[in-house]
Amino acid sequence: MNEIKTDALIIGGGAAGMAAAVEVVERGYRAILIERDESTGGVLNQCIHNGFGLHVFKKELTGPEYAHLFQKQMNQKGVEIHSNVFVLEIDRKNKKVTTMTRSGICEYSTKVLIMCTGARERPFGNLRIPGDRPAGIFTAGVAQKFVNLMNVLPGKKAFVLGSGDIGLIMARRLTLEGMKVMGVAELMPYPGGLARNIVQCLDDFDIPLYLSTSVTKVSGKNRLESITLCEFDRETREAVPFSAREVEVDTLILSVGLIPQNELVEDFVKVDSINRGLTVDNYGRTSEEWIFAAGNNVAVYDLVDFVTLEGKNAGQSASEYIKEGILPKKTVKVARGLNVGVITPLRVCTYGQPFTLFIRPGKSMKKAVVSICGGLKTFVKMAVKPAEMIDITVSSDLLENIRAKGFEEIKVDIEEVE
Amino acid sequence: MDKKKIVVIGAGVIGSAISRELCRYDFDVTLLEKNTEAGMGVTKANSAIVHGGYDDDPQSVRARFCAAGNDMFEGYCTELGVDFKRIGSYVLAFAESEMPYLKELQKKAIVNGIKGCEIHDAATILRREENISDEVCGGFWCPTAGITEPWMLAIASVENAVANGLKVRYEENAIDIKKSEKNGVLSVDGVLTDKNFYEADVVINCAGLYADTIVEMAGTQNIDLHPRKGEYILLDKKLGNLVNTIIFPVPDKKSKGILVVPTIDGGLLIGPTAEDLDRERREETSTTQNGLNQVVEKTMSMVKKIDLSLTVKTFAGLRPETPQKDFVIGLTALKGFINAAAMRSPGLTSAPAISKYISQVLVPESIGENCREKAGFNPVRKKDVRPATLPAEDWEKLVKEDDRYGNIVCLCNKITEMEIIEAVKKGARTVDSVKFRTRASFGRCQGGFCLPKIVEIISRETGLEPEKIRLSENGSEILIGKVRI
Amino acid sequence: MGNKKEITCIACPIGCSLHVEINGSEITVTGNRCKRGENYAFNEITNPRRTVTSNVKVVGGEFPLASVKTSDAIPKKMLFDLIESLREITLKAPVHIGDTVIKNFRDTGIDVLITREVGKK
Repeated sequence: MNEIKTDALIIGGGAAGMAAAVEVVERGYRAILIERDESTGGVLNQCIHNGFGLHVFKKELTGPEYAHLFQKQMNQKGVEIHSNVFVLEIDRKNKKVTTMTRSGICEYSTKVLIMCTGARERPFGNLRIPGDRPAGIFTAGVAQKFVNLMNVLPGKKAFVLGSGDIGLIMARRLTLEGMKVMGVAELMPYPGGLARNIVQCLDDFDIPLYLSTSVTKVSGKNRLESITLCEFDRETREAVPFSAREVEVDTLILSVGLIPQNELVEDFVKVDSINRGLTVDNYGRTSEEWIFAAGNNVAVYDLVDFVTLEGKNAGQSASEYIKEGILPKKTVKVARGLNVGVITPLRVCTYGQPFTLFIRPGKSMKKAVVSICGGLKTFVKMAVKPAEMIDITVSSDLLENIRAKGFEEIKVDIEEVE
Repeated sequence: MDKKKIVVIGAGVIGSAISRELCRYDFDVTLLEKNTEAGMGVTKANSAIVHGGYDDDPQSVRARFCAAGNDMFEGYCTELGVDFKRIGSYVLAFAESEMPYLKELQKKAIVNGIKGCEIHDAATILRREENISDEVCGGFWCPTAGITEPWMLAIASVENAVANGLKVRYEENAIDIKKSEKNGVLSVDGVLTDKNFYEADVVINCAGLYADTIVEMAGTQNIDLHPRKGEYILLDKKLGNLVNTIIFPVPDKKSKGILVVPTIDGGLLIGPTAEDLDRERREETSTTQNGLNQVVEKTMSMVKKIDLSLTVKTFAGLRPETPQKDFVIGLTALKGFINAAAMRSPGLTSAPAISKYISQVLVPESIGENCREKAGFNPVRKKDVRPATLPAEDWEKLVKEDDRYGNIVCLCNKITEMEIIEAVKKGARTVDSVKFRTRASFGRCQGGFCLPKIVEIISRETGLEPEKIRLSENGSEILIGKVRI
Repeated sequence: MGNKKEITCIACPIGCSLHVEINGSEITVTGNRCKRGENYAFNEITNPRRTVTSNVKVVGGEFPLASVKTSDAIPKKMLFDLIESLREITLKAPVHIGDTVIKNFRDTGIDVLITREVGKK
């Protein structure tokens, strides 16, 4: 058994992990980043489309380019990358992480742990869609990996279930690479992805978008032969009788949600049931004082730029923790008010530094006011929609104000205005 | 003396067990299977239960073989290196009106010779099983029931049989049974498949849902088989400890009922429904909204905390059922043609006992001579290496021998690259074959992370282009072609 | 003789619904809140352009494909032409981010560049 001591151990070499690791070494501490795959980059490696980095680099980059910039930074600054390393268990008491590697067991002892384990795709089986179980049903990420990294096409004629960005991107990708995409179905009465993607992935290719529609049956003996689409009532969410129609396709692509992955720590670290991810404070700290977290395993974000910011924040805070051995303990709860869905951080240390609050609105609003602490501070936001997270900067002034006024919790509301 | 030739049709849990038993003797045994892998028919999609045998009608054929099979099961699994756990079972009454049934079970158990069965009151049950619904009135406890991995039994039996001389042919469909008069008696000549003709002195019909078709080819008395569909929902390992034992309701007229049963690898299975289909629908392994709803409704009324958001997958299996609800095992009017058919529940449990009966009683009777034991028959199959189930130090030893044991491909179940390579070396050519042999892709992400890697490994180890790799049977290719040629 | 079109503006997240009327060479845009919207609609009608990302084949590399992008937005009508051209290309590993795959595609002044590092196998 190999034993390695480090200042910081980062689990996960995707966008969040890479950003966190760089922050730690920049402050002079030892950072080891462990990644279960062959190389770092995470899902960025297969996202060959544009749109990454607009906030962080003021440039439009593709996924591999974005990942490469961080890989260069990590190399230049001395982040130790251990790939093909699989975490078996985390010893909470002794701050040890036991892993299996290609050379055997490696046990890492660390002062601080940063969990950047991302999210997994919701699989077909979880939907409980009746019918057969033929070949030809893929989650969008698997199809993307086959196409962009392995040079193989999943089929000839596809249908996409779920109009989130991943589904829209794949509708375009499969069309460009030689498949026919018959349509995209979305259960909600509004699209799940950015307007820009509706235009550039669907409209550009005359791919129809069927709202309030879902797949209610899949048919095919060995390979998918057809799917049944059904309309769903906007209010009752029940299938509309006699609205079923069959579409002949040999491929079904699923883009039906991402699920944060926290199996390694969820038995002893607090998980929020609405975010479905680890609860963190504005330091990126979890309910365990030595464990920080950032990225899709905290909450599912829309933009990798936000994940990078969260990773940086966690890396910075983790470095503070290494230095001081502790961070300010007292935090207040962030409470969900009107129209607030996924939100992070969920706890705030009001003595801490300014931070960004990320909120997924519960519904579309042409014009909205985000209200902090019942109107203590408000922000006007235009064209609010569930597909796009709102980012609110909570400044030192606002934090001071919250402290001064003695608020026991920070309530966040999003109200529609004229 | 020329060795007698025996052809077994169907490599499900019955056909593979029989083939293996026959390899103890001096026979030339060939096993024919229409699919690409053993155990992928009825054997693949059932509750995986080794039944106690208390509820079989004492006059039935089932009763003869179920309790005997149950007794043999532990040894059988140990020999073959397949997992088996004797976790016991409860038949639960949720209304006072159901209580008399439990007493009936107790009586039948005694007649069937099942030991250790007891009737427990609600308090006892709730102490042992904290998640049972508070409506429970009482339960019939049978300590001998257990759970196993049915397809692995078929695969392992075939592997061990092959090591002992069995010839197995996959992707071969029997299309006719050739017969002629020998010494005034109509006897089998052999089996004609879509690829070959196999001479045979004995043909054993283990063709599952198609056993009646094989009987038609033989021209003997027909079996009135029809498929009975059972739908299931498999739940995440996070619910694996919801119950400690197999939970049956008091059954209705059709079947043992919709159950809650732990799986051998730590998950939770709920189901099956029981829907009788026409004979023509014996390929219909599709689930239905009604069926899945039934499963949910019934199991949630029995067990608390069934969280459907933790669904891993849904599936349906077909059982071959007859109006008599019993096995059809025996010689026929065609000399040499033996049936081991209509293997509905408890077919899996009965497999080891049936295989002994076929090889020790029916085959000798059919050929008119005693079977000669073969020297050097080795009943033991080395258990597949599953590093993730070993203590970390033992796993590390394997990694030091071959670092591919340190490369985890299926993240949910911690299945290593080497295990997948081993499966391919043993003959796995399809994704399902790899999945069922290794449990890769069985986890909560359902191949979300590992499917591309599995395809890559199969491609690399077999030389098959990724677009030629099938999920299971012909026409189930996972991928279609290249992006860039 | 007028032609009408409804398009969603993607210049900013508001996504105004634009109503465009085309009368010969005259284009009228309504429904926009700002000038960017008007420009977007105008461009979408007269000369829609898109950045294209795709893949090219690589031999001898750690991956069978290298991802590529156009250096700027190309006329939308050239999209499938570009993809067809990419099908003809095979590169030898190693390839680096920024390498030029196609220079000045069809005289647009726009190049196709590599976006993924692909080392030798």
